[in-house]
Amino acid sequence: MTATTMAEWSSNLLYIAFIMYLVATLFLGGSIRQKNTTETNQSKWGRIGIVITIIGFAAQLGFFFLRWAVAGHAPVSNLFEYTTFFGMTLVGSFIIIYFIYKKTILGVVALPIALLIIAYASMFPRDISPLIPALQSDWLKIHVTTVAAGESILAISFVAGLIYLLKSVEHTKGNRQSFWLETVMYGIVVVIGFIAASTGFTLSNYEATFNYVNQQGQEAVSEYTLPPLVGPNEGKLVTDNVMEPLAEMPKLINAKKLNTVIWSLITGTVIYLLLRLIFRKRIAAKIQPAVRNVNLDLMDEIGYRSVLIGFPVFTLGGLIFAMIWAQIAWTRFWGWDPKEVWALITFLFYAVFLHLRLSKGWHGEKSAWLAVIGFAIIMFNLVAVNLIIAGLHSYA
Amino acid sequence: MKEIKCECGHVNPVGTVLCESCGRALTSKAKEEKLHDMRYEGSARRSQTYNKSIIDKVWNFFSSVKVGVWLIVITLIASAVGTIFPQKQYIPSVLPPDQYYEEVYGFAGELYYTLGFHDLYSSWWYLLLIASIGVSLVICSLDRVIPLHRALKTQRVSRHESFLKRQRVYGMTDVTNIDDNLEKIKKKLKEKKYKIREENGNILAERNRFSRWGPYVNHVGLIIFLIGGMLRFVPGMYIDETIWIREGEKKAVPGTKDEYYIENKEFTLENYDNKDKEVFQQSIERVGTIAKNYQSDVVLYKESGKTLPGEKADLKMEKEDSIKVNHPLKFENFAVYQTSYKLNEFKSMSFTFDNKETEKTFGEFTVDLFDPKDKFDFGNGYSIELMGYYPNFTGFDKNGEPISDKPVPDNPAFLFKMFSPEKPEGEISFVGIRKNLEPLGENEFKVSFAGVETRDVSALTVHKDLTLWIIALGGAIFMIGVVQGAYWHHRRIWFRRSGDGSLIVAGHTNKGWFGLKNELKGILEGTDIRMPEDQQEEQKEKQGVRRNKDDGDNNGRMEQ
Ligand code: HEM
Repeated sequence: MTATTMAEWSSNLLYIAFIMYLVATLFLGGSIRQKNTTETNQSKWGRIGIVITIIGFAAQLGFFFLRWAVAGHAPVSNLFEYTTFFGMTLVGSFIIIYFIYKKTILGVVALPIALLIIAYASMFPRDISPLIPALQSDWLKIHVTTVAAGESILAISFVAGLIYLLKSVEHTKGNRQSFWLETVMYGIVVVIGFIAASTGFTLSNYEATFNYVNQQGQEAVSEYTLPPLVGPNEGKLVTDNVMEPLAEMPKLINAKKLNTVIWSLITGTVIYLLLRLIFRKRIAAKIQPAVRNVNLDLMDEIGYRSVLIGFPVFTLGGLIFAMIWAQIAWTRFWGWDPKEVWALITFLFYAVFLHLRLSKGWHGEKSAWLAVIGFAIIMFNLVAVNLIIAGLHSYA
Repeated sequence: MKEIKCECGHVNPVGTVLCESCGRALTSKAKEEKLHDMRYEGSARRSQTYNKSIIDKVWNFFSSVKVGVWLIVITLIASAVGTIFPQKQYIPSVLPPDQYYEEVYGFAGELYYTLGFHDLYSSWWYLLLIASIGVSLVICSLDRVIPLHRALKTQRVSRHESFLKRQRVYGMTDVTNIDDNLEKIKKKLKEKKYKIREENGNILAERNRFSRWGPYVNHVGLIIFLIGGMLRFVPGMYIDETIWIREGEKKAVPGTKDEYYIENKEFTLENYDNKDKEVFQQSIERVGTIAKNYQSDVVLYKESGKTLPGEKADLKMEKEDSIKVNHPLKFENFAVYQTSYKLNEFKSMSFTFDNKETEKTFGEFTVDLFDPKDKFDFGNGYSIELMGYYPNFTGFDKNGEPISDKPVPDNPAFLFKMFSPEKPEGEISFVGIRKNLEPLGENEFKVSFAGVETRDVSALTVHKDLTLWIIALGGAIFMIGVVQGAYWHHRRIWFRRSGDGSLIVAGHTNKGWFGLKNELKGILEGTDIRMPEDQQEEQKEKQGVRRNKDDGDNNGRMEQ
């Protein structure tokens, strides 16, 4: 089997995994809907859901190891590979937590998040790239896989926290918590907006290229995959019969990325408003009945335990292995590079999470909100630090 | 008076809330509360007992978890601010910092610079924040671990009923044959690897007490890590210098007191190309050239034998190695890393000395850009004098003098004086890359470019860090402590006979109450003993709390 067919097979397996997770979410969803389903077929649907999840997980493992064989190095060396791996470990963490606590509701939230992460990953260049010298080391797979695993276990505390809040937050007028929970839902819809916009335009292979002057004052080319609402600094459009940008950005701002963010916000808001029209209430309020008989104490404990289990793994992968590799590759184990600093910030945040839990006042709802903020920091690491704040690590 | 004597006869230190031995409540507050705060076994903690002298105040300030958490949150936010714009060491060195931030980031950049955020992580206040976390860490741990250890060591098997009644997991069953129920229970407890202690018919089953010390072990690790980080400023512990060595050059290795020399044989830069894996071609087309390998082949020399001052020792070849990224050259405590490179730097330039009209060449000469000779003689009256050499010509100053801003020959320029029989007093010519001026008027002769010799330059960073093992030790201890505290839980179950043939069962864990209750269900299976209730669950049901606002171990009291 030649390398290219293996590469094709590898990406097919990723699609299969994606579909499996989608189907599994429906079955798991079926296992928690009480109104019209009896106790027995709820657990039947739940079991089918778990089996499909495991099949999907196996398919993604296939994608991962096949790609490894083809590339000759662990496929965690660019943003697409890392983010899909993170999605995979999230599904893996859910499967482990499922077999400890047997709660399918966790999957109904965890799998869609993994789907979003994998879909987000596929917006980035997917070709198999060779390793630059700095990455040619075993520490690449040791560091990156451990940090992804750690982050995905910590993400389970977000899943449990979100379920906790979906049940416990009262959607009354002016309730601050209801507003912030809805903001979280809106954030998720914006990610869907980003994926919808990017996929839509890439399918119609839309392209608009600019010659512009970049931040260092040099001539550069910028290829837009989304219609340019905002153009780059001194940008001259090269492709014809394509819309002119409405505004030109100063050289300090990366116009192409800002354009993508604007498009995501627009499509996300449109989708969100459509949902509000259909549901005629807040999304979080619409979901609330589905989590009615969730045991809050259990969700709180799952949230705490996933941080307890995830924190050491994240520290090992994100800080200790990273420092060892930095010492070997860049002569110093710590250099206050933005990526290192944000790993430290994530570490400090979850240390604060654990310490606040020492006192009673921070159990329950407050702990759930901390888990939400913690996951937001992990996402900030994944998105903003990698794409915006350059530094040694930048994948862009 | 220094101690409090409990009814059971045990003498407790002042400040004890629950008698270390039998667990009776010793303070009025503890007597009234429905559920005991078991976080530190009700032991006497300095911060809760003394609050008079200035030392007490300082101790209490630093021993509070709330203060510790605030210190970490402030550090967290400050660290985030440091990533808004790149730090000083990551900006391209084209402009000095004070201009760079304003130039590139405008007003925000200028503000960032003036506030010193461009060099935030070595600012005095950031280091003070880290140090205060260290202090708080130490005092927090000391304030808790000593009393906790003493309490766990002196705890008796038969705890007082008032103590057991106020445990979160508590239950009493009237049962006739207590003995054989306890036998069944003991068998189950052994299966689940509990340590069993017995005292006049009562049982204390305990498991994983070691995990209670986890957090304190990890804090010790953190302290060692922080100390290791500071030791770097002790002279001789830490060296980090980058040297630029041209191919063929030999230089002393910094920090080795000229005992070691290193020679750069050859620098190679390899890029991926179409001979590489077919699968990589798409990515190569998209990205363009992707570097595959940066390598400097070097020879390490060691000074052999004693040398008199001023006398040069002969160097013995120590070892040959090719330094690549991720593969530093190692010797003694030193490591030499491949950190940067420069391709095709000028080494020497060759010229011809010709007559303008006749194009006849009277001599060819080469100027070594690193050790330029000042006179070139071609015989029978033809010669050239090198009047001025400007390694990196950047322009003319106010009075027309050419200037060079650094010794590295990136843009070399020369002022030649050409002597010939026709012009014995010599003609002046200023020659540089794409430049051939005749400042003092029309010349008969000229110097024309005849080739250049280039060579690559490797940037090698010499690194010695004697603090590494301390930092590694701190990191390792931290990991052990974190795992020790997180992956195991300390569980205790008390079985106590009470009055006329009933058995009290009570349980405690430092975390993971669901786990404890499930395990207890398994242990009591097949016995006549009822499963104890979770008194905290009930407490909440009675208060009709739909949402578990603040459940947990010590009923809502904010940890001091
Ligand atoms: C960056 C600094 C710190 C890190 C990474 C850290 C880490 C940890 C971890 C992982 C735990 C275990 C939590 C659990 O098992 O639920 C813990 C517990 C604890 N930490 Fe820290 N800590 C830090 C700083 C501090 C400071 C400054 C204080 C003092 C205010 C402190 C006081 C405590 C206390 C009292 C406990 C609970 C011990 C017990 O289980 O009773 N820590 N710490």
